[in-house]
Amino acid sequence: MSPRRIPGLARPAAVSFTFEGEALAAPAGEPLATALACAGHAALRASPAAGTPRGAFCFMGSCQECLVLVDGVPRQACLVPVRAGMAVWRVAL
Amino acid sequence: MRRCDLIVLGAGPAGAEAALAASGAGLDVVLVEEAAAAGGQVWRAPAAASPPGLDPFPAEAEARAGAALRARLAASPVESWFGARAWSVIRPAEGGFRLDAAGPEGPLACAAPRLVAATGAVERVIPFPGWTLPGVIGLAAATVLLKAQGVLPGQRVVVAGCGPLLAAVAAKILAAGGEVVAVVDRAAPAEWLAASRALASRPRLLARGLGWALRIAGRRVPVHFAHAVRAAEGDEALRRLRIAPLDASGGFAPGGAERVLEADALCIGDGLVPGAEIPRLLRARLRFDRALGGWVPELDAEGRTSLPGLFAVGDGAGLRGQAPAVHAGRIAGLAAAQEAGRLDAAAFAAATAPERAALAGLAPFAAAMAGLMALRPGAVRDIAPETVICRCEDVTRGMLDAAFDEGAREVNQVKHFTRCGMGPCQGRSCGDVAAEIIAARLGGAREAAGFWTGRPPLRPVPLADLLGEFDYADIPIPAPAPL
Ligand code: FES
Repeated sequence: MSPRRIPGLARPAAVSFTFEGEALAAPAGEPLATALACAGHAALRASPAAGTPRGAFCFMGSCQECLVLVDGVPRQACLVPVRAGMAVWRVAL
Repeated sequence: MRRCDLIVLGAGPAGAEAALAASGAGLDVVLVEEAAAAGGQVWRAPAAASPPGLDPFPAEAEARAGAALRARLAASPVESWFGARAWSVIRPAEGGFRLDAAGPEGPLACAAPRLVAATGAVERVIPFPGWTLPGVIGLAAATVLLKAQGVLPGQRVVVAGCGPLLAAVAAKILAAGGEVVAVVDRAAPAEWLAASRALASRPRLLARGLGWALRIAGRRVPVHFAHAVRAAEGDEALRRLRIAPLDASGGFAPGGAERVLEADALCIGDGLVPGAEIPRLLRARLRFDRALGGWVPELDAEGRTSLPGLFAVGDGAGLRGQAPAVHAGRIAGLAAAQEAGRLDAAAFAAATAPERAALAGLAPFAAAMAGLMALRPGAVRDIAPETVICRCEDVTRGMLDAAFDEGAREVNQVKHFTRCGMGPCQGRSCGDVAAEIIAARLGGAREAAGFWTGRPPLRPVPLADLLGEFDYADIPIPAPAPL
C-alpha cells in the first residue's frame, strides 16, 4: 500500500481499477482523487487554456481541478468513490 | 416537489443547529447538504463508505462533537437530503423559496416560505507562480485527507499560509507519522502574541493550540514566521518551493533572503472567505467587512437578511468560526419558527437568551482568529504579473491589470474582458483576490471594485444528473479561453 496511507487504520478491502489503462488498487470507497494521489498520479489533466498540469486542489468538490473521465463520463475525482473495475481516463483537450 | 416550513441549505454546525432548533419548535424542515453526512468542514464525517476506524484522531473534541451532532440529527424529525448538490435557489412569484438539487438518485426540489443559508466559507489562497502545480493543495483539503481519509498530503510536506489551521495540519501530519519539512506562517510572532490574549478567553482551545505548537517544536520542524511562499517549481508536479520574508504590510520584504525547500506537497491556505452565495444570488443587501472576511450579507441580530424569509448563518455570513456558528444557527432556526407562529415572543426570548449570551462571550476569540486570517494588502500588491489568478481560465495578474488599463473598473467588467471567474469553479477560488487587485488600482476601497453577480447554476451539475439521459456534446467541459 502507498506510504501515504496512514498505517494502523481499518480500511475496506482493496479493489482494482485502471487509470489510463494502468492497473491500480485502492480501498473500496476511497475517493478516486485520493486513490490516484496515493498511486503517484498527482497530475490528472491539463488546464484548458494554457495546457499546464493540474491535479486535485480542494478535495471537496469546489475547484473542479480533478475532472477525469470515469467509465466515459466526466466526474470530479475527489467526489467519486473507487469501485472495482472502474476505468478512468484523462479528459482529452 | 416537497413542500415544507423551512429549507436549510448546508449541514455544517450552523445549518444543522438551525434545522434542529426549528424542528424542535415544530417546523417541518428539509436540510440539504452536498456531502454524504452532516458536520461541515470542522466536524467532517469520515468517508461514508469507510468503516468507523478510518479517522486517525477519533478522540479529538471535534470528532466527538461531529458524531454527537449527526446522532441528534438522525434522531430528529428533520428530513436530511445528503449528497444533494443545490444548483438553483429562486424566489417564485407565489412567494417563499424553491430549491433544486441534483441528488444521488436524481433531481430533487423543495419549496418553503423560509430558507436558512448556511453554506460556509471557501479557502483563500494568495496566488504565486507555480501554485497550479499538482501537489499544491489547500489547507482545508489537507484536513479532509488526514481526518476523513486517513491519508498524508505527501511524503515531504510544507504547510504554509496563516491562521490556526497551519499548526493543526502540521501537528496532525506529525502525529500520523508523516514528515513536515517546514511551517511557513504569514503572521509574525508578535501577531500571535496579541491574539493569544483573546485565545486565553477559551482556555481549552489555547491548550490545544499549545499542544500543536509543542508537537511541532518537539520534532524540530522549522517554523518560518513572517514568511510566505514566493514560488513553487516542478515539471509535472511540485518538487521545490522558494519562500521569502515579509514586511509589516504583508508583502515581500525588499531584498529579503530566499530559502529553498524540497517538498512533494504544499498545503496552503491564506484564510477564509465567506461564501454568501445564496444572499448574493437572490440579491440580498451585502456589505464589505474585512474583519468578517469580505462581502457578507447585512444581517439583524437573528440572522435575517434584507429579503423577507431569508436567513444567513455561519461562516458563509461572516467569519466567526464553528463555536459561534452553533449559537447563531439556533437563533436563526428559532426566529424562523417564531415568524411561522410556532413560538410566542416570550418563549422565543427565553429560548434564545442563552444562545445570545454564548455568542457575546465568544466574540473576542472569533475576532482574534478572523484577524489572523484577514487579507493583508501587501500580499496582493506583490503578486507577480505572470502569476495565474483564475485557475480555471489561466488568467494572470498581468491580464487583470491590462483589463484595468483598457478601462475595466469593476469586477464584472474585468470578468467580461478576461474570463477571470468564468470557469467551472465560478470564481469561488479567485474572486476575492481578483477584486482586491482591482480595488488597489482604484485606490483601495473594495466597495468600488464590487463583487461578482450571483448566477445559477450554483454548482456545475452534469446534465446527466438532472435529466437522466444526456448527449456527449452537452457535457459542461469549460471551453478554452481565447488567447
Ligand atoms: S479537487 Fe477540487 S473539485 Fe475535486
